[in-house]
Amino acid sequence: MSILVNKDTRVVGQGITGKAGSKHALNNIAYGTNYVAAVTPGKGGTSFEDKLPVFNTVREAVLKEGANTSVIFVPPPFAADGILEAIEAGIKLIVCITEGIPVRDMIRVKAALRDNPQARLIGPNCPGVMTPGQCNVGIMPGYIAKPGKVGVVSRSGTLTYEAVYQLTQRGYGQSSCVGIGGDPVNGTSHLDVIRMFNEDPETEAMIMIGEIGGNAEEQAAAYIKEHVKKPVAAFIAGVTAPPGRRMGHAGAIVSGGSGTASAKIAALKDAGISVAETPAQMAEALLKIYK
Amino acid sequence: MNIHEYQAKELFAQYGIPVLKGAAVQGVEQMNDALASLPDGVVVVKAQIHAGGRGKGTFKDGYQGGVKVCQSHSEALEVAKKMLGNTLVTKQTGPAGKLVGTVYFNEPVKIAKEYYLAVTLDRARGKPVIIASTEGGVEIEKVAAETPEKIVRINVDPDGGVQAYEKRVMAYALGFDGKELFKQFSKLIDGLVKLYWEKDCSLVEVNPLVVSADGQLIALDAKMGFDDNALFRHPEIEALRDLSEEDPKEIEAGKFGLNYIALDGNIACLVNGAGLAMATMDIIKHYGGNPANFLDVGGGATVEAVTNAFRIILSDPKVKGILVNIFGGIMSCKTIADGVVGAANNVHINIPLVVRLEGNSVKEGKETLANSGLAIVSADGMADAAEKIVSLVAKQG
Repeated sequence: MSILVNKDTRVVGQGITGKAGSKHALNNIAYGTNYVAAVTPGKGGTSFEDKLPVFNTVREAVLKEGANTSVIFVPPPFAADGILEAIEAGIKLIVCITEGIPVRDMIRVKAALRDNPQARLIGPNCPGVMTPGQCNVGIMPGYIAKPGKVGVVSRSGTLTYEAVYQLTQRGYGQSSCVGIGGDPVNGTSHLDVIRMFNEDPETEAMIMIGEIGGNAEEQAAAYIKEHVKKPVAAFIAGVTAPPGRRMGHAGAIVSGGSGTASAKIAALKDAGISVAETPAQMAEALLKIYK
Repeated sequence: MNIHEYQAKELFAQYGIPVLKGAAVQGVEQMNDALASLPDGVVVVKAQIHAGGRGKGTFKDGYQGGVKVCQSHSEALEVAKKMLGNTLVTKQTGPAGKLVGTVYFNEPVKIAKEYYLAVTLDRARGKPVIIASTEGGVEIEKVAAETPEKIVRINVDPDGGVQAYEKRVMAYALGFDGKELFKQFSKLIDGLVKLYWEKDCSLVEVNPLVVSADGQLIALDAKMGFDDNALFRHPEIEALRDLSEEDPKEIEAGKFGLNYIALDGNIACLVNGAGLAMATMDIIKHYGGNPANFLDVGGGATVEAVTNAFRIILSDPKVKGILVNIFGGIMSCKTIADGVVGAANNVHINIPLVVRLEGNSVKEGKETLANSGLAIVSADGMADAAEKIVSLVAKQG
């Protein structure tokens, strides 16, 4: 078991005929991920690297190839439109890798997600989702992971890799690794993923990586305190970030005293979560309370 | 991206939000004409910088106050000359202060009462939110912490516009229950939300919003921030950018697709990924050092990008050591190592350089560094890297 993606996942790649998208899609395919179609408006009827049929619309990819998951590499001005198209086509899981989508566009996407609760969006501005040994959708390097029982969720790509690699080096595999993205308005929260890991019988423990800004980590901590018996470790990046400055991720900004690292760490500790003091100790923090 | 008050007020006027008559000048020679456009008598002179707390600020030469009420045009002229080209320090600017490149003259108003009004993003809901309070002219964060009941928050659907009941809720909470005031408030709210939405703002703040002695609602101050990701569709907003308000190193970094933010410490860092870059700053601090910057070279760092990153880092005279922290995911560590060696050959580095490589092709990457003949200290893991650079910088004294 795992969450979000597995060997039955049927992926359609939106915008994968571009340079970055094609490289990552080919990596995903080489990993064993079941890509069934590509969608690039205007290129319908052609083929992607002699591997996949290309369609003009997501609707066709769903009707003809039974796609149930979409990965989006569409450039920022058009990416939200691509998400909306996937929602409308009935795609159940949409993974948007694109960085730099305007907030206004994401507000419209958020409204569409409220109207279509069957669709789940991961991202945008995220590394994707991987279930080691089965399915890798996005830009995560597959070799750092191995199948196992620890769920990892993070806003940040390279910090996800750091945590996954620390676990793998110590002999602990992962059930699924989920990058929810660093934007202020995104599809899936820490809490959503923690809830899924909690309900997944194969996931025995979790690492949650957060950062300054917003209050998503506090919400997840409140849920964990109330409902989660599985061991959870966490790390919050940005303890030293100055207020009012945006640290790369549009979501990573401390404003008006809210979203500070210290407030988040306090909420996590209060929920019984093992908080790593440094990013080098994420796996260690979990292994203190897990086996 | 932020803009100045006078620029924000020009946008306010375009959206039917009432502002006082004003004129902005960038040079002394424009001052007489600007003042002549305002009625005789009292004039308010306001220094234009991207920071709050101007009224209580102090100029570097000891002159007090970045906002002054002057009784005559001749007094306003003298005051404006003192402000222009001077550096204003407020509690939001930091000790370095900000150079005043523009002075704004405003007609005066008799204030009956001050309020707070803003439109911004409610992250938790993924919707815009209007924030209104009877406590104007003070820090809204303080009001929120001490008297939260004095703040009204209304989520709005910007495509559908602000609903009548939403306006009523706010108007009654603010005490705008008279028919005339409600009419003015209703129009003002519509304008603010439309402006926020159409121009892809991250913040539109009116603090204070005032009711004048003769019963007019007026936006006395204006603060606007914009979503950088949306500037591509607003060249008219991009044109309002004041580069003198930004760190030159940050502007330079932006040209090469690098995300750089200057900080106060002396250990520079060069990292791939925003989260890892923040975490690298944190671990430097954890081991007793102080980061000089945040720098995310992104996922596709080329030799050129890495070289420019080194050049920008080294242009900061405070920097006494460099930590490179790379987790090569898809990208090969060999590529990064080539970039570091290439950069070190192009840019003379005479301070300690610690490099931590992990992930894809890490062995080849480490070999490249070891065979380069450069004085590079190799580290295993983030903790080792941070400890090494902190102790090397400390040894230098």
